[in-house]
Amino acid sequence: MIEIENVRKSFGTLEVLKGIDLTVQKGEVVTVIGGSGSGKSTLLTCINGLEPIDAGRIKVDGTEVHAKSTDLNKLRSKIGIVFQQWNAFPHLTVLENVMLAPRKVLGQSKQAAEEMAVKQLTHVGLGEKLQVYPNRMSGGQQQRMAIARALAMSPEYMLFDEVTSALDPQLVGEVLDTLRMLASEGMTMICVTHEMKFAREVSDRVAFFHKGVMAEIAPPEALFGAPKDPELQKFLAATH
Amino acid sequence: MFNYTFHWNQALKALPQMLDGALITLQIALLSMLIGVVCALALTGFRLSGNRVLSGFATTWIEIARNTPALFQIYMAHFGLGNFGIHLSPYTALLVGIAFNNAGYLAENFRGALKAIPDTQTRAGRSLGMSAIQAFRYIVLPQMLRIAFLPTTNQMVWAILMTSLGVTVGMNTDLAGVTQELNARSFRTFEFFALAAVIYYVIAKAVTLAARAIASRMFRY
Repeated sequence: MIEIENVRKSFGTLEVLKGIDLTVQKGEVVTVIGGSGSGKSTLLTCINGLEPIDAGRIKVDGTEVHAKSTDLNKLRSKIGIVFQQWNAFPHLTVLENVMLAPRKVLGQSKQAAEEMAVKQLTHVGLGEKLQVYPNRMSGGQQQRMAIARALAMSPEYMLFDEVTSALDPQLVGEVLDTLRMLASEGMTMICVTHEMKFAREVSDRVAFFHKGVMAEIAPPEALFGAPKDPELQKFLAATH
Repeated sequence: MFNYTFHWNQALKALPQMLDGALITLQIALLSMLIGVVCALALTGFRLSGNRVLSGFATTWIEIARNTPALFQIYMAHFGLGNFGIHLSPYTALLVGIAFNNAGYLAENFRGALKAIPDTQTRAGRSLGMSAIQAFRYIVLPQMLRIAFLPTTNQMVWAILMTSLGVTVGMNTDLAGVTQELNARSFRTFEFFALAAVIYYVIAKAVTLAARAIASRMFRY
């Protein structure tokens, strides 16, 4: 369970999160929508401790992320995150990209890491690309590799930060299909996205962020069907 | 006006002697690179350390190495330090001078290579649970080595050519030193130096080609 309580975060004088409360249950899929600069991506990097927070707290399975005593490396190994830019490691093959963290962080044997990597890469449809270097692949393929790389750590949570925003339009579908598959398998996910149709399909709940505030959160039928917040109404009208 | 008779035989007879000199040249160049790389890594670390004394020291070193004649750097190692009672042999002074120069240029290369690797690479590694050291060791360093590799081999070539400055501090066992002595005895300046130049060229070219071959093996992406 991810518990976010009254989280505040500023970059300089700009307050990007103004007291966010959100609890995500095991197995739940929550998507976060909202305009640029609404703070939704920042929230994700706060959840895995990449960004410090100014106030409030975030607990993952009861462990407070920003407590000094927390072993962030250990915590991060169970929270997978995939970014808008997939950040493939260019000097490693696809297989090596996926094997690296399980080997070095979890201390898995080469054989075990390879087995897992092959399984995850096959799962995201890259079983034929094991020995290829990332720069030989399309953006969509590299993004799917990044997803497999995160999954190979056997995470309990997956955070997706606008993972299709940097892709050519014709490549968006294959990545969204991968996310749909994960959601249907019961993975606990928080997806920041601009893909409204996707959000409507996969989410248990959809959260709308506006200027650092979670203005509305509801199941997709309610949020898209009968939006209450005026900013959300405007946002939906504009993105429709 | 042009009635010079070439005496190539005389030069060719001295070839074995010159090749021995070439080995010394290569030895100094290699050692100076080894020392240079180690110092350059330290200087790069100093500059990134955030400590003003360390980064000031590194910056001073790099600025002097890159913006003053290599000849002066070698001169200083021999005669300059001699004024303070530190007496280095021609061999050592030459080695120190070139290593100093190498370190300055290489430190700049390394910093450039490091800068070329986006922070998001480290971020991706940390997100997977790696420590900062692991992310540097397994993600940043291998990419940095690739970027810095060819500029480093250029410096190696430059180091080989710089060894010829050793004659100014009395070095007489390297290729330039041997050639200079042969020249002084025979006055066949053109022949001896032309032959030496060919040897320098062959060594430099061989290093460049070998480096390219190694690079294409090592960096396959």
